[in-house]
Amino acid sequence: MNYLVGLLSVVFFILAITVISKSLKLNKNLSGENESDSALDSHNNTNAFGFLLFWLFGTIAGVWSFLHSKPDFLPVAASEHGVKTDSMFWISMAVVTFAFFITNSLLFFFAFQYRNDKNRKATFYPVNHKLEIIWTIIPAIVMAILVFTGWRTWRDITSQAPSNAVVIEVTGHQFGWYVRYAGNDDSQLGNINYKLIDETNSLGLDFTDKNSFDDFTANELHLPKGVPVLLKIRAQDVLHSVYLPFQRVKMDAVPGMPTKFWFTPTISTDEMRAKLGKKDFNFKLNCTEICGRGHFGMAITVFVDEPADYKKWVSEQKPFLTMNPAYLSKVPENLKAKASKYIPAEPIAADSTATEAVSVK
Amino acid sequence: MSTAVSTTEEVHAHGHDHGHDHEHEHHELGFIRKYIFSEDHKTIAKQYLISGILWAFIGGSLSIIFRLQLGFPDMSLEWLRPILGEWIDESGKLDKEFYLALVTMHGTIMVFFVLTAGLSGTFSNFLIPLQIGARDMASGFINMLSYWFFALSSVIMFSSLFIETGPASGGWVIYPPLSALPQAMPGSGLGMTLWLTSMALFIVSQLMGGINYICTIINLRTRGMTFTKMPLTIWSFFFTAVLGLLSFPVLLSAALLLIFDRSFGTSFYLSEIYIQGQALPNMGGSPILYQHLFWFLGHPEVYIVLLPALGMTSEVIATNSRKPIFGYRAMIGSMMGITVLAFIVWAHHMFVTGMNPFLGSVFMFLTLIIAVPSAVKGFNYITTLWKGNIVFTPAMLFSIGLVSLFISGGVTGIILGNSALDINLHDTYFVVAHFHLVMGAASFFGLMAGVYHWFPKMFGRMMNKTAGYIHFWLTFVGVYLVFFPMHYTGIAGFPRRYYSFTALGNDGESAFTDLNAFISIAAIITFSAQAIFFFNFFYSIFKGKRSTQNPWKSNTLEWTAPIVPGHGNWEGEIPAVYRWPYDYSKPGSEADFIPQTVPHSATPESNLPEENDEIAKEKEIESLLAAQNESYNR
Repeated sequence: MNYLVGLLSVVFFILAITVISKSLKLNKNLSGENESDSALDSHNNTNAFGFLLFWLFGTIAGVWSFLHSKPDFLPVAASEHGVKTDSMFWISMAVVTFAFFITNSLLFFFAFQYRNDKNRKATFYPVNHKLEIIWTIIPAIVMAILVFTGWRTWRDITSQAPSNAVVIEVTGHQFGWYVRYAGNDDSQLGNINYKLIDETNSLGLDFTDKNSFDDFTANELHLPKGVPVLLKIRAQDVLHSVYLPFQRVKMDAVPGMPTKFWFTPTISTDEMRAKLGKKDFNFKLNCTEICGRGHFGMAITVFVDEPADYKKWVSEQKPFLTMNPAYLSKVPENLKAKASKYIPAEPIAADSTATEAVSVK
Repeated sequence: MSTAVSTTEEVHAHGHDHGHDHEHEHHELGFIRKYIFSEDHKTIAKQYLISGILWAFIGGSLSIIFRLQLGFPDMSLEWLRPILGEWIDESGKLDKEFYLALVTMHGTIMVFFVLTAGLSGTFSNFLIPLQIGARDMASGFINMLSYWFFALSSVIMFSSLFIETGPASGGWVIYPPLSALPQAMPGSGLGMTLWLTSMALFIVSQLMGGINYICTIINLRTRGMTFTKMPLTIWSFFFTAVLGLLSFPVLLSAALLLIFDRSFGTSFYLSEIYIQGQALPNMGGSPILYQHLFWFLGHPEVYIVLLPALGMTSEVIATNSRKPIFGYRAMIGSMMGITVLAFIVWAHHMFVTGMNPFLGSVFMFLTLIIAVPSAVKGFNYITTLWKGNIVFTPAMLFSIGLVSLFISGGVTGIILGNSALDINLHDTYFVVAHFHLVMGAASFFGLMAGVYHWFPKMFGRMMNKTAGYIHFWLTFVGVYLVFFPMHYTGIAGFPRRYYSFTALGNDGESAFTDLNAFISIAAIITFSAQAIFFFNFFYSIFKGKRSTQNPWKSNTLEWTAPIVPGHGNWEGEIPAVYRWPYDYSKPGSEADFIPQTVPHSATPESNLPEENDEIAKEKEIESLLAAQNESYNR
């Protein structure tokens, strides 16, 4: 509501200026002054004052609205690289806001100060090489510093994932995310093949690869705190984009071209809940690449667990093969023995890898 | 000032100079050849302008519809059913697919049909011959074709708004596979086919326009109009045309490959796709390839819409500050720098698309270099105002507004161009705020400055100034109120192209409910304020106050032409040019402006020492007259 009041006051302010200037004009016309053929008219000073007022109210509105919105910005980054990019962001913001404020102030101030005056002549000042060189070099230096620090951070973020990284696969589809873990026995994700996808095997797990046998899928993303995580990202149908806002992670999911992003979560879900004072707070994984009707609702919940809790959760998960023993038939003869250890003695009800796609109809 | 005045005998003689075919045409032009299939650059410019204005109202109203959804997610839009029909669902809400269609068409229309065709098409056509002293474009026929290809493309794009499956809906960038697979969304069916057809024709139109602009500028400058005496407007149109000519064909190739993928079973962009319960046979294609091809146009496109605005602003600011533009050569140099760099920064749109991160580093370096010439331009505009004697015409107000928006939107480019920072901000409202300010609003302000400034030359009448002031202030305040707060939602991690923000979770959307409503109200007011312009424009065409020959006391050549220039622009000889276009408030000169047509020999009192050398060249310039006439009579 504050905004509405603010906006309305601005509108009325402008209307007031209009009415005043209009009546000024009427006065002029009454006094018989003819200005029809001149580009210059009685509004010239009004417009000049307008820029000064715009500058004044703009500055107040800018500062106030920033302070007002600040509590609602993303909270402190919950990943190692996120802390670095956040601090770089705010430093860069300070630099550009300074430049923004100075240049806009000069622009509006000059517009006001040098409004037309019949008794003055403009200064013929076509060129000054020294000035040009100064304001070419200064932005160049500032830019070079910003680029260099940015480049180093970017290089670190996109470097090879550490060898101890936990590998998790996230696959986007219209409209949800599949999550696959490498399993409890090997830490290798098995091959997948999009031609093997069916209603149950919604990822197209390839059971001719023995690494697939212990892979399990989930409809939420669990991450261990303090341990590097390598997200392997895929898409099945169209482009999607993995966005973990709180961890400052974003990477497109591209059909036919697996992508990756590694990072280290630093704040667990519980810690974030305590920090924000919100008991039901949850991290989210959203989609940020337009993918169709359900794009805006394509989200799953992300849990960052203490390493021990994470281990416990992982160990409780059942491999896909255990949940769906019928797929043993897809395993080649020479690997059947290895695979059969994942088949429960008593067959359990088949379960598809459901996802938590938000209903969008 | 009076050098262009010729005696009637001269006019008569000139008529004969033109040869018989021309004379024949002059008398036989019917309504259709004069106003519809016209080859006259001025008529074509007006056609572009009016098409652009109509498109702007369509594109703007689409944005108002989706702003209603974003600002007031609980509002019933039942009252829009008479217009939108089935696109309002049973619950009285905007259909989710149609929301994406609105976003897509708003972007397409604004970028291509308003700011490319409406801005560069209008003013390149109108000003190039008039400001360089040419009778018309190098090829009037190709110029006419250029407009009518654009018109055809417009009709096709417009018709796509009315088909049952809806217009293209995959975002204005139409990334495949979403745009390639009709089963991915209804908008990727017939709507996308029409989009691609329309854009292919649009590109043809742009290429014909561009080649004409370049040829005209290089070949048809009047005697004495050397490159370093050209107004910055012409320089900017020249660079714009070069950018378009080199980059639009790449978009055409991207579109053609997409057409092949859609209709002929190729796999340029498609690989390993499982959709709607079906595994597609396509293997080996790359969606990233499309993105490279698209942004190879897409980034120069930003400067295609921005450079003409900057060029016209240079002219308007110099004229109304009554001062030469500061750093004329630095302005040309920075535009040249921007033009070259524009081709090698495209992949900064793709930092997190899965492109090799090393490429990301390279493009980050190149991107931040382009900030330097842009900064130089900003500083030069500000210095031009310094110690000026500023006349605030509506055009001048919009030009100052442009500089402000160019700075405000430009500085955040330094953040987004940094790939490490782009990770979090990519595809959020921060990006929306950035490009709407620096490219959308700034170019739109350039367009408005151009219309207000050259309206007298176009129609021989003046637009109402007071209405212009009100229009400016409402628009200027409004644009800031709409786009400035979007930075905040961007920093809060709100992604763009979201129908609603509920899935962000944790009640995140409610923090900005007020702000989103505020933005929508500001957008509605700003959009409504354009009605002032709309009525002022069309009213003034017919009923505006009659203009004088040079209402802004400007130096450039177009103001030496008759108030309403006829076919061939100048009666009698085309005037010669002796000086640069920015001799305002020159020390020693009685008048505060000296038009380009005044020789230095006529102004000994105000000549700078080096300019006295120019006097010797005047004879040479005058001796070119015969050759110039010759070229028109061939």
